[in-house]
Amino acid sequence: MKELELSTLLTELSQAPGASGFEEEALEVAAGYLRPYVDRIERDPFGNLVAFKKGEAPEEGRKSLALVAHIDEIGAMVTKLEPGGFLRFTSVGGIDPRTLYSLPVIVHGKNRLRGVIGAKPPHLLSQKELEKETRLEDLFIDLGIPEEQVQQQVRVGDYITFDQAAQLLAGGSCLAGKALDNRAGVAALVVCARELERVRHQADLYLVATVQEEVGVRGAITAAYGLAPDAAVAVDVTHGEAPGISGGKAFALGSGPVIAMGPNIHPALLQQLKKLAKEYRIPHQLEAVAGPTSTDARAFQIARQGIPSALVSIPLRYMHSVVELLNLEDLLWTGRLLALLARHLEFNFAWEEEAPCT
Amino acid sequence: MYLEELSNLPGVSGDEGQVRQALLKYLQEQPGEVRVDALGNVLVRRKAPPGGKRIMLTAHMDEVGLMVTSIEKSGHLRFEAVGMLDPRVLVAKGVRVGREGIPGVIGSKAIHLQKPDERRKPYQLEQLFIDIGAKNKEEAEKLVSPGDYVSFAGTFTPLGEGYYRGKAFDDRAGCSVLLELLLEYPHLAFDAAFTVQEEVGSRGAAVAAYSLNPDKAVVLEGTSAADIPGTDPEGSATRLGEGPAITFMDQSVIADRGLVRELVRAAEGAGLPYQYRRFTGGQTDAGAVSLAREGVPCTVVSVPCRYIHSPHCLLQERDLKLTVDLIRAWLEG
Amino acid sequence: MEALIKKLVEAYGPSGDEAPVRSLIEEEIRGAVDRTWTDNLGNLVALREGPEPLLMLSAHMDEIGVVVTHIDEEGFLRLAPVGGVSPHLLVGQRLRFKEGFTGTVYHEKLKSLKELDWSKLYLDIGAVDGASAREKVGIGDAACLDQPFAVCGGRYLGKAMDDRIGCAVLVETARRLSRELPQAVAFVFSVQEEVGLRGATTAAYQLKPGYGLAVDVTRVGDTPKAPLSAVGLGRGPAVKVKDSSVITHPLVRKFMMETAEEKEIPFQLEVLERGGTDAGAIHLSREGVPTGALSIPCRYIHTPSEMVDAGDVRHAVELLTALCLKPWPRQKVLD
Repeated sequence: MKELELSTLLTELSQAPGASGFEEEALEVAAGYLRPYVDRIERDPFGNLVAFKKGEAPEEGRKSLALVAHIDEIGAMVTKLEPGGFLRFTSVGGIDPRTLYSLPVIVHGKNRLRGVIGAKPPHLLSQKELEKETRLEDLFIDLGIPEEQVQQQVRVGDYITFDQAAQLLAGGSCLAGKALDNRAGVAALVVCARELERVRHQADLYLVATVQEEVGVRGAITAAYGLAPDAAVAVDVTHGEAPGISGGKAFALGSGPVIAMGPNIHPALLQQLKKLAKEYRIPHQLEAVAGPTSTDARAFQIARQGIPSALVSIPLRYMHSVVELLNLEDLLWTGRLLALLARHLEFNFAWEEEAPCT
Repeated sequence: MYLEELSNLPGVSGDEGQVRQALLKYLQEQPGEVRVDALGNVLVRRKAPPGGKRIMLTAHMDEVGLMVTSIEKSGHLRFEAVGMLDPRVLVAKGVRVGREGIPGVIGSKAIHLQKPDERRKPYQLEQLFIDIGAKNKEEAEKLVSPGDYVSFAGTFTPLGEGYYRGKAFDDRAGCSVLLELLLEYPHLAFDAAFTVQEEVGSRGAAVAAYSLNPDKAVVLEGTSAADIPGTDPEGSATRLGEGPAITFMDQSVIADRGLVRELVRAAEGAGLPYQYRRFTGGQTDAGAVSLAREGVPCTVVSVPCRYIHSPHCLLQERDLKLTVDLIRAWLEG
Repeated sequence: MEALIKKLVEAYGPSGDEAPVRSLIEEEIRGAVDRTWTDNLGNLVALREGPEPLLMLSAHMDEIGVVVTHIDEEGFLRLAPVGGVSPHLLVGQRLRFKEGFTGTVYHEKLKSLKELDWSKLYLDIGAVDGASAREKVGIGDAACLDQPFAVCGGRYLGKAMDDRIGCAVLVETARRLSRELPQAVAFVFSVQEEVGLRGATTAAYQLKPGYGLAVDVTRVGDTPKAPLSAVGLGRGPAVKVKDSSVITHPLVRKFMMETAEEKEIPFQLEVLERGGTDAGAIHLSREGVPTGALSIPCRYIHTPSEMVDAGDVRHAVELLTALCLKPWPRQKVLD
């Protein structure tokens, strides 16, 4: 996929509204991009999108691999209509309230309404107010329409998403925008599907865009149970290096996908990912995660009788803000690595133990 | 008594291989069918008992430990905790890093170099590091890499009168009890699971219980005993020497009342001492097991251990033996 | 219905020890359903047969309480919480054991009430020493709040309204469903909701429902300086949109709102910032179950005097009845 197309794909995905539990539009964009490359696309009872690509191995004993990326983004929801037509809201997923001052938003009422999260001008703020903890309940949304109209248009429970255009940055290699966590992962699935267009693969392939990850990997819980694949790889984002953020927990942009290690990851699957990356010269980095990862891999690993799982992440800066920033090269490499895995994965997950140390 | 061998093996959550290997070797000598599942749990399936109700006993193979996250230019290793660890017990301990068991120590700034107010504050994880004696990053990278598991060095020692000191009694004590039951009593009809990753959220137990699909279950544990100075009697949770501790509730499970009664009756019938775990904190595999499929009546029976989640736990041989006796009496009853 | 509510809220049933509530409900509902059974964890299932998809209704039987962790030589008992109980709330309260005897809670000497935590709290059951206490109570025994039901204006007051009021709504609904149903309905009275939605988890796995609907209480914002919430007493039951455990399936929410509008039943919309219900467990069962929740607005949740509005309860029964009598969409998949 050419650079330009990749930035178009990611821009479209980024700009589609898709807060957890409200992923329809984003799913439609993803389905549109995946459709040409797969045999069928379905929605499961929970709302996850499952694109299926049949493998070439004989049906009996044919294995399956699920590549999983969550499509939902953090957002907000109306909790109360205040006098004057202002809206109170709560977060959907983990939001740092300090990143919200004066952000443009869309309220998904009867119609789509543009608004802004209000902020008192600095002239009117006391020093004490400036030092106060920012709490969600102190913030509100201003729609710029009279109270009566707000009451006709908006109800408690309406979704709020951020009104933010994606921006290709100077040099053309980096893109900033909202919801790149984890539309980047979904874009990597598209890259992977395209890579596999004219390539044979033995195992059945499920490309899954899961819903409601940001509120507790919920879509992945039901998708894992429903699909029960023989192996699964979650594709998500991880922290990118920036001033003051580095050292084992943050990764360089432009240096390739980050492969996770730790209890959540099956060692045989990890070995195969590392081996393929090395063999096909895909730049990559490694991340040690000491417990269950906070990704869909967490749910897949313990579904039913247990599913060998792995995690591949795209480095991304400023996570859970509307200016998430990533390098498109990383996304491309991630898609290619996934495609290589789909082609070459050996479904041998025996626990080969090394000799005990003395 | 398999505790010495099992306790000394490294087996941090997700890296239970050496414990698994040791168990698999022993399990060849009992009649149940043995397999290792996708997460690394060791599952033992025996003939169903008359009446068909399947009983499952579990013990977790993993222990708390550390994982290397990055290597400093100086060759020091930065790490994260795997499972719940009190940073204060980590200071100045010997560790083994990675599959090769590279020896190292957990270092911190010497007291001389600390300001008076620094000394009064407990250590935080971020202030500690592992020193393997490498000159610099390059030299360290030849021996270890990020992602390597780190366990406390095994130092099993009998001490006092009938006491044992060692690491990972939570839950090698349970593993030892379960292995003894499997090997010494081949006639007993029960299934067993040696589970992985209990310390990071009972992840192995969830899938083991799904696979074995039992009708009831007992989780065998090494649990906290706080019969120590500075703790009121009501805060002791369990006491050493008073026999196995039966759980009525922890943060992951409310024990099935009928099952607790069965165990108490078995103990009383056989004249065995027992105690309740008089504390409702902490989580165990019983949580995941009880919620598997359509639900499994479940509780926990524990060997009381002092100083768990540290490199040096203490237990009494008597409690270990009484735990085997209680479970046996219950299964035979 | 008042008599039923009184019986239910006054019954003993902390999480994990719900048997008395279970027998009571089984007796009340047996005549209104095709069969009842109790499952491995103690959930009571009352089934009305009918075509697929099965609609699973769930209200939890358990209430918050305490469990005895220690009995000292003077006969005082030490306690640990079962579910979300504040130690401050218990000071001076009476607690009741399953056998019916009671005791009162107080605390060790404190410099300030801020120091109060569970280790400072004890229960006095009037025992003269440890031995006589142990004759009545064992370690691991549970106790619940002891407070009679009261009618207070147009409102009901009592302990354990959370969620016996949901149980009452389910029982009353079952009784109103005399004619043939467009789909099977399982009335599930779940256990151990207060300690993590545990009963509903295994019940949903067992029943494989096509749809799920929890009936539980919800917090309100209509009291002095209350937390932000648009929900209040007396404005009808609430159709849940979101809480910490579930985002209501859009199809279920729409179905509930349309049904209420058709029947002209007042309702509110609810977004609860903290807290969960059985819906959280049901919707994640197996391949996923489109699930919603009908909430009864309730003040002073997890206190001895939880308050609900009689009209809200009546309207909840009406709405739930209508929902059972209306055919739910056969097609589960949205695409």
